[in-house]
Amino acid sequence: MQEKPWLLITLVGQDRPGIVAHVTRVLFGVGAQLGETAMMRLGDQFAIMMMVRGAGQPEEVTGLLESVRQDFALKIHVDEIDGRLHQHREPDVSVTVYSADRSGIVAEVTAKLLESGMNILDLRSDVGGTQENPIYIMQIEGESSQGIEPIYESVSDFSEQGLNVQVTPIETLRG
Amino acid sequence: MQPLEILTYPDERLKTVCEPVEEFTPELREFAEHLQYTASQGPSAVGIAAPQVGRMQRICLVDATRAKRPVDNHGPLILVNPEITKWAGFAVGREGCLSIPDYTGKVIRAEVINVIGQDLNGKAVQYKMTGFEARIAQHEIDHLDGVLFLDRLVSRRADLKVRK
Repeated sequence: MQEKPWLLITLVGQDRPGIVAHVTRVLFGVGAQLGETAMMRLGDQFAIMMMVRGAGQPEEVTGLLESVRQDFALKIHVDEIDGRLHQHREPDVSVTVYSADRSGIVAEVTAKLLESGMNILDLRSDVGGTQENPIYIMQIEGESSQGIEPIYESVSDFSEQGLNVQVTPIETLRG
Repeated sequence: MQPLEILTYPDERLKTVCEPVEEFTPELREFAEHLQYTASQGPSAVGIAAPQVGRMQRICLVDATRAKRPVDNHGPLILVNPEITKWAGFAVGREGCLSIPDYTGKVIRAEVINVIGQDLNGKAVQYKMTGFEARIAQHEIDHLDGVLFLDRLVSRRADLKVRK
């Protein structure tokens, strides 16, 4: 029998305690299976993406979660995806960038990384510092298809623009 | 030679404390050779511990020569009854495990350790290990105590320390 497709549920709203517990209780109650999930707080907002299957079609899942959605004032989006479990890829390079905040940092750095053969697997960025003097911090992990040297070279000019960029190889222990 | 079968979680033997080796026999040396061969057949394995193949004794392989990038090392080491006697510094690094396929995570380990133990003839040995080799030894000795890297995961957002 063909397995049911995975759905990707995205929920966004003001962060409050209990959202994850209530959402997953509803899904568990109808026998749904959870796959990979990622929750984050971005700008004081709650955001979660969840791989779910066995809870029905996208419109049925939206209906199931309607009560929780209203209780927590969430926005919900449900898509059927061509996703599968056990497809992890292993990063072999980490790039950390920080500087006084200005526009264009992500676009400039990721364009150079792309040219150097790096495929981004994970990216987190944040703004720290103060409102008057914000600091932009970005952490990227990825795969270096052409080795790490082109990545070192690709970011070497950024220091002249006031960006601090650190490239670190990641050696994953397997034992 | 066929590789030994590698146990995978949730096999309870992976969460079991192993017994010390008391007899240093030719059979022990044969097993160690077989263990080493098994690790060499895995995807880029730099170590393996006896309980991962169902032998509940304090024996492990630490082989930093198989790291992708050259690191300080003492060559391939079979450690019998190893114990860590000193720890210094710490670093976050990414680990996976032959017994936990398709998952890697970040773990904090000491950067410098002193290890005492025995070789396959029962002779006392001691090593000062640093960096990646020290990480391997800590991962493998954990196996001998029924501890998996999953027991030591830290936040995905934890920083990786720059290797010198």
